[in-house]
Amino acid sequence: MSLLKLTINGKPIEVDVPQSRTLAQVLRYDLGLTGTKIGCNEAECGICTVLVDGTPVDSCIYPAFKAQGASVETIEGLSRNGELHPLQQAFLDHGATQCGICTPGLIMTAKALIDEKKAAGEEVTDRDIKIALKDTYCRCTGYQSVISAIKAAANGDVQPYIPEAKLAGDIIGHSRPNPDAVSKIKGTALYTSDYAFPGMLHARTKRAGISHGRIKSIDTSKARALEGVRAVLTHEDVPGSKLHGLVTTDWPALCFDKVRYSGDAVAIVAADTADIAAEAVNLIEVEYETLPAVLNPIDAKKPDAPLVHDDRPDGNLLKHIKVRKGQVEDGFKDADVIVERTYRTPMTEHLFLEPECSIGVPKGYDPSQFGGEMDPDAVRGVKARHGKVTVYCGSQIPYADRDQTAACLGLENEEVRIVATLMGGGFGGKEDCAAQIHVALLAQKTGRPVKMLYRRDESLLFHPKRHATVIRIKTGAKKDGTLTAVEAELYGDGGAYASLSEKVMTRATTHASGPYDVPHVKVDCFAMYTNNTPCGAFRGFGVTQSAFAVESNMDIVAEELGMDPIEFRRRNALDVGKVTCTGQLMRESVGLKETIELVVADMKAHHGSKGEEFRWQWEEGPKKYAWGIGLAYKNTGLGGGAPDKAEAIVEMWLDEDEGVITEVRTSSAEMGQGLPAVLSACAAEELGLPYEKVRVLLGDTDFCPDGGPTTASRQTYVSGNAARNAAKSMRALLAGIAANRLGCSPETLVFKDSKIHADGTSVCLADVLTWAKEDGMETKVSYEYWAPKTKPLGTGGAMHVAFGFGTQAALCEIDTETGKVQVIKVVAAHDVGRVINRMTLEGQVEGGIVMCLGNALTEHFVMENGVPWTNVMARYKMPSIKHTPEIISHFVEHPTNDGPFGAKGVGELSSIPTSPAIANAIYNATGVRVMSLPVDQDTLLMAMKNGDKEVLVGWGDYDPVPVLPKTETVPA
Amino acid sequence: MAYWTHYHSPQTIEETLDVLTRYEGRARMIGGGTDLILDMQQGHHPPVEALVELARIDGLKDITEEDGFLIIGGAVPHTQLVQDARVARYGTCLVESCGVIGGPQVRNVGTLAGNVAHALPAGDGTIGLLALGGDVEIADADGLRWVPMAEMFLGPGRSAIDSTKAFISRLRFPKTGEHEGSAFRRVMRPQGVALPMISMAGRIRLTGETVESVRISIGPAGPTPFLAEKTMAFLAGKKSSDAVFAEAASVASKEASLRTSKHRASSEYRHEMIRVQLPKVLAKAAERARTGKAAPEGVGL
Repeated sequence: MSLLKLTINGKPIEVDVPQSRTLAQVLRYDLGLTGTKIGCNEAECGICTVLVDGTPVDSCIYPAFKAQGASVETIEGLSRNGELHPLQQAFLDHGATQCGICTPGLIMTAKALIDEKKAAGEEVTDRDIKIALKDTYCRCTGYQSVISAIKAAANGDVQPYIPEAKLAGDIIGHSRPNPDAVSKIKGTALYTSDYAFPGMLHARTKRAGISHGRIKSIDTSKARALEGVRAVLTHEDVPGSKLHGLVTTDWPALCFDKVRYSGDAVAIVAADTADIAAEAVNLIEVEYETLPAVLNPIDAKKPDAPLVHDDRPDGNLLKHIKVRKGQVEDGFKDADVIVERTYRTPMTEHLFLEPECSIGVPKGYDPSQFGGEMDPDAVRGVKARHGKVTVYCGSQIPYADRDQTAACLGLENEEVRIVATLMGGGFGGKEDCAAQIHVALLAQKTGRPVKMLYRRDESLLFHPKRHATVIRIKTGAKKDGTLTAVEAELYGDGGAYASLSEKVMTRATTHASGPYDVPHVKVDCFAMYTNNTPCGAFRGFGVTQSAFAVESNMDIVAEELGMDPIEFRRRNALDVGKVTCTGQLMRESVGLKETIELVVADMKAHHGSKGEEFRWQWEEGPKKYAWGIGLAYKNTGLGGGAPDKAEAIVEMWLDEDEGVITEVRTSSAEMGQGLPAVLSACAAEELGLPYEKVRVLLGDTDFCPDGGPTTASRQTYVSGNAARNAAKSMRALLAGIAANRLGCSPETLVFKDSKIHADGTSVCLADVLTWAKEDGMETKVSYEYWAPKTKPLGTGGAMHVAFGFGTQAALCEIDTETGKVQVIKVVAAHDVGRVINRMTLEGQVEGGIVMCLGNALTEHFVMENGVPWTNVMARYKMPSIKHTPEIISHFVEHPTNDGPFGAKGVGELSSIPTSPAIANAIYNATGVRVMSLPVDQDTLLMAMKNGDKEVLVGWGDYDPVPVLPKTETVPA
Repeated sequence: MAYWTHYHSPQTIEETLDVLTRYEGRARMIGGGTDLILDMQQGHHPPVEALVELARIDGLKDITEEDGFLIIGGAVPHTQLVQDARVARYGTCLVESCGVIGGPQVRNVGTLAGNVAHALPAGDGTIGLLALGGDVEIADADGLRWVPMAEMFLGPGRSAIDSTKAFISRLRFPKTGEHEGSAFRRVMRPQGVALPMISMAGRIRLTGETVESVRISIGPAGPTPFLAEKTMAFLAGKKSSDAVFAEAASVASKEASLRTSKHRASSEYRHEMIRVQLPKVLAKAAERARTGKAAPEGVGL
């Protein structure tokens, strides 16, 4: 230990720490300044940025003693006397924070830029921002709001870009920051890894490292003998179910017979420090009989393929999913043009900037036993109590975590409590259990809190990805542009465990004829087990993959027909009265055609503003430019016959200090998408309260009823309805009490401005709450909302409660000398039913567009022989601020009958059409059609040089690329 | 795991060498540490007992001029180098190459000396300095001595400097004078590899419109940073023109060993990039030689 002297946020400090510390470790662990986040530990993501003597540095790899004597500024030093720093205020006003994990890094990097420019007396330009923040990543916002916030703080008078909502209520339809935005911007927001419990141990996981093998023996004796090790557990120590899983229970908590992918967990260790735990993991000896691995979904379906799971009746076939509508052969007979192509999409990674973290706290835990008082439970305004084993984690599905943890521990569901903390991004990648079960096991075993924080490499290795797919699609159309038939065959690489493969690939299948009216459709999808990393949910849920194939084929057909691609789509677009490929009659809320027209108008305006006619493509020197278009639709809610419900509680009470408190509680997840903003708005609108006066508690299974999974773009619709209806019940309750006292009819009362207005008089809510107490009435109501029933696939009924629709056009620049593709501009319009919160909605749209841009151009999680080549963040490029295009977006509001105020889901919709729009733009510019993603500039350039018309670009996931078998005749 | 146990910040070269001697090979020198610490964290380098930083050694954070040379202190971070008007003027390609390393946070900490000592075949700063005809000053138990850069590189990631015993105290290059200019370009892959597909730098001296002398560096074009000597010989005495530069590129394309590296670039693409980019580098360097104006381009992008 040595003395480190620093000035932190203007205050001199001395701290006695080991010389091996990094600056981030000292700030977070020794000084408790957890506003500085660690995303990668490899100087890639920049979210750990702090200023050392005014200079931004990545504190994750900055030796603490390198800063000896220096002045360090962190996010905690920015706001003074409760006042936000102008940069923080601008981030708030412009909606530049979503999940918030990168926000401190973005703000600190931007602060240094502004300080530097101010000293030089210069304005801050877009270019300055793109240079300064090049390596400070954000996965949620898409950066547009970040850029405008920084410019506003630096130069003043920059207004946030937020499209208009056409339908507005008192609260609904307006712009308001997410309720937790201030804490994220100040760096006080707590994510799981920011919690520290007295007596807490640290855990690590022993992973397989091989893609397929039978376990012959596991020897943990050396690990157990290491000083500081408190527990080493294997499958023998799992008292309950050995398996867990969201849809199919096939995933071992700790492997017992075989390992099926390189990230499989074989043993877990809890020790006094994470370093000791890591050392112990290295001492665990596992002997395997190596088994042949199956590494792509096409090989997996072959009769002689090695079996991933020995005991499944269908071998490696997880699910054969079928869509049948009409007689596809008849449809092709009617067609004048038939286009058949095979497309490939890669495995991709969510790259949420917060790696998975779970903390298990044992039943009966008492912090005072460890000389501590601090208990993070108090942070949540909830009295500390550890009557049951508790897991703190960033979770997209708290109740599923609870039930899976309980099953593996051999406990009743109610004997486990999940506390879902803030989440630094999820995007579908935090739906499966990470270490939730493991920390619960270790906590119970050791009697102490146990923290398992994954390193970035472990996060990459472990968690389910977006499915790699091979999609053959055949599209038929008449000369007049009417679609006659679509036939498709999809292979999805589900990896080693089922996760949500069945659901994801079902969505890919049911959306495989696009948002079009097609009379004859036949789609077969094979979701396959392989020995790759499992694949599961990822924003877009399979539709991102099939839309690339569908929309690419649409452009090819249009060209063969000699028809404008927009006119072709317009002619076939779904509308009210049309029927989807699964047989669902669209009865309402189909704003697709309106989204097309808004985007077309913007494309024309782009040229018109320069006095030109619209052009699909043109050249300037060595650069080629072109527009490309993509359409999308995406279901809201689980659908397919699955019961879809959420429960919410609304409670109001009178607090001595704060006055009237209104709280909405539900166990749904906030991962940056803005759910609290939706729930607050729904309740506030009904109760006539200011938005800021409704607070939201999410994800504590002991206090919040089940809101269901945060997936399928369902939370606004389902939990929004639950909150709204609970608020309505609360209103009825309060109206009854008030009417009784005022001697009027409850129906005549109006809730507005925190008061209840009767004819000629009004009472404040505080009085009504007091009356309720006097009357002995509890002002707490809960509402269980059930979404309208849906029909299973294959039955021909309404499979989904609603669909969101969207159109996007991408303007791309292709450098004909290097093959580099840059997206200059994206114009977008999305039918969201009803805008609840303009600001958070626009954030979802922009973030989705940039994420889908990454899907087209930069992102590729590469597996080699079942082991990720992408094992560090430096080997996975998500879009940086340099990639972000100008985004113009519009909201179309065709309310859906049962949505809260008419709203539909939007979380995934915007991240579907961007990739095909870019691929179509590349074709329009270069004449080269990319048949796989991501676009590789190397291959693209060579194709341009060689005159190739269609290319499989880049280094494939599979080498050699597997070839689809001859089309099988699948019985209808 | 603790990747290092002790951290030393010596103030003089002598003290630094004493510390290294004391640890008998168990300590490593770092500039910013941005390469070594990552290598240790990712298991490419074993943990060390001690890190010894260059940053606080007297005088090593300075950029000075001496006898026609520009001298860069071993502890000068990229950002300082990139912002220095003298480097921009007398070694433009070095600003252009160091200005695209990593991101701003890394450039604020990482150093050219560290980049050169790391000896990656396509280290940006290394390619820039190699074209300028740089030397490095090695400090070890035998004292200080200047060594031409080309003698430094033993293989990919291996340099003649044993960082447990020695370090680069300073780097230098002859200032570009009248009728001289330099330029750098690189091509990055948009997918995840932090290394360039190809980068190249040139330094040119004109007499009238004739190329009097030229130096060209390319990376990756072999196991070590590559000096394209055949191309340099081809160009000497030729007219400075687009046509000649295009011919030079085809010589370079043959001379350089341009392999396919999986997940990074194909051999064909690298050849094509030399054909397209090298003439631009040479033309830009020649333009700077002619006009005497040198505003570095692409810094930070």
